[in-house]
Amino acid sequence: MVLTGLAIVITVCLMAVFAPLVAPYDPIKSTGKILQPPNSAHLMGTDNLGRDVLSRIIFGSRVVLAVVISAAIISMSIGVPLGLTSGYFGGKLDRALSMLMDSMYAFPGLILAIAIAAVLGPSVVNAVVAISVVYIPTYFRMIRGQTLSIKSLLFVEAARAMGASDWRIMRKYILPNLIPTLVVVFSLSVADAILTEAGLSFLGFIVSAPTPDWGFELASGRPYLPAGYWWMITFPGLMVMILSLGFALIGEGMSEIYAPRREK
Amino acid sequence: MLLEIKNLRTYFFTKRGTIKAVDDVSFGIDKGEFISIVGESGCGKSTLAYSVIRLVEHPGKIVGGEIIFDGENLLTLSEEKIREIRGKEIGMIFQDPMTCLDPLEKIGDQIAETIVEHKRISRKEAIQTASKMLEKVGLPADRVNYYPHQLSGGQRQRVMIAMAISLNPKLLIADEPTTALDVIVQEKIMNLLDDMRREGRAIMLITHDFALASERSDKIAVMYAGWLVEFGKSDEIANEPLHPYSRGLIDSVPDVWVDRDIKPLPGFPPDLANPPKGCRFRPRCPFATEKCEEEPQTFDLDGRIVKCWRYES
Repeated sequence: MVLTGLAIVITVCLMAVFAPLVAPYDPIKSTGKILQPPNSAHLMGTDNLGRDVLSRIIFGSRVVLAVVISAAIISMSIGVPLGLTSGYFGGKLDRALSMLMDSMYAFPGLILAIAIAAVLGPSVVNAVVAISVVYIPTYFRMIRGQTLSIKSLLFVEAARAMGASDWRIMRKYILPNLIPTLVVVFSLSVADAILTEAGLSFLGFIVSAPTPDWGFELASGRPYLPAGYWWMITFPGLMVMILSLGFALIGEGMSEIYAPRREK
Repeated sequence: MLLEIKNLRTYFFTKRGTIKAVDDVSFGIDKGEFISIVGESGCGKSTLAYSVIRLVEHPGKIVGGEIIFDGENLLTLSEEKIREIRGKEIGMIFQDPMTCLDPLEKIGDQIAETIVEHKRISRKEAIQTASKMLEKVGLPADRVNYYPHQLSGGQRQRVMIAMAISLNPKLLIADEPTTALDVIVQEKIMNLLDDMRREGRAIMLITHDFALASERSDKIAVMYAGWLVEFGKSDEIANEPLHPYSRGLIDSVPDVWVDRDIKPLPGFPPDLANPPKGCRFRPRCPFATEKCEEEPQTFDLDGRIVKCWRYES
């Protein structure tokens, strides 16, 4: 499971990094032949402006990965310290933070992201901000819960009895024990964030023409679907699904390794 | 006197009410003395131990008394100061060696961690000290590179002891250090504690094993329902217990050497949120009289301390 996921994710990453080498055509220039169905020259056909769909998908992976990964790193670097201190110290701070995070969690992710992106205005940076805010509560809740259970373990108590400070206990004893959880939460939240990104992009909150991005391709191909030009939206849609599946497989597989369930 | 506990009260403020886990306990430990604290589960032994290093967790709170250690009242020290005392002056050994080591760190690093926290020495030196400590507790020095899961329970308990003595503390508190181990290993660990005592350290052993306590320690403190009901020299208490509860504790355990009937103590320790009026042992006491509806005073009979009306006069 993990290996399949890794294979998918690594393939897409390589595709993004080496896009200019891999892509058969320029993603922005027209080839002159519009709305061609998939054929040997254009494996995924061409769009209404005559651009090669495959090349646009290859270049589009750059935006998706950049937005999603940087958003995940930002929300992790905010959610993890907050969850850790909140769970470790408890008390009023914990109550207040948990309430704040729960109220954020109550919104459906995409709706919250749209609201934030709409306020900030459409741009790649703002999309990163919007998506990272959406996933902060996910990290916070998982890390807080894990911290609560790890801090009650005896070795933490023992460290305290040996005179370790709170900061040291959090950094040296609790954080390393959180890493398995973190890997799982990271992959699963990225899998989800890919869908959110595609949604935002579809609504035009991330890139504008002619920059290629999968969600955006879906939007621009949509008017042509009723006329039978299926390839313009099918392939970007498939890619969103496959990449998200890749991360989800990594996450699920990892959680299976770290916390095997008995019945299968 | 190395450690003097005076009228210590540690209460837990729960939804069900105030639980007086340690209620007006006073006794002292001399330098190099081995003292055991015995009693049933839930009578406040561990809370007493944790109170000494001020690690009582919410909703517990030390509400009164003094803990004088080396001339200083630990209860009025700043959080920073008490942290220096923990580990460096007072070492602690825990009950369950299986969970008291971090599974992700090599044991040498864990011991070194403690040393570096308190002393300004390099990590390398700390690791060297760690391996010396391991040898001292009877483990090969190369075990510093082992992870906890590679060691057995007894070995892990040795690691805990090595960690606790790595800073040469004056007092070692051992909270049921052998409960999770078999008797052979128990013997070895207790011998190790004895060695530590011979080096001049005071030992405070928390246990529910009266035989173990009387065999190993100089003095025994018997706790019941948060009270210190009897305190005195081990052999005196073992041979002639004064408090009916101490008597009950001794009689309820079979003796391999003497053929006698086991007399179990009837009943259970009281609910500390709602203890019986007067003497807390009254409902289980075979000698209870009307007088016992009043809280007994603590009487001092030539150095033996007992909290029971039978010794009034």
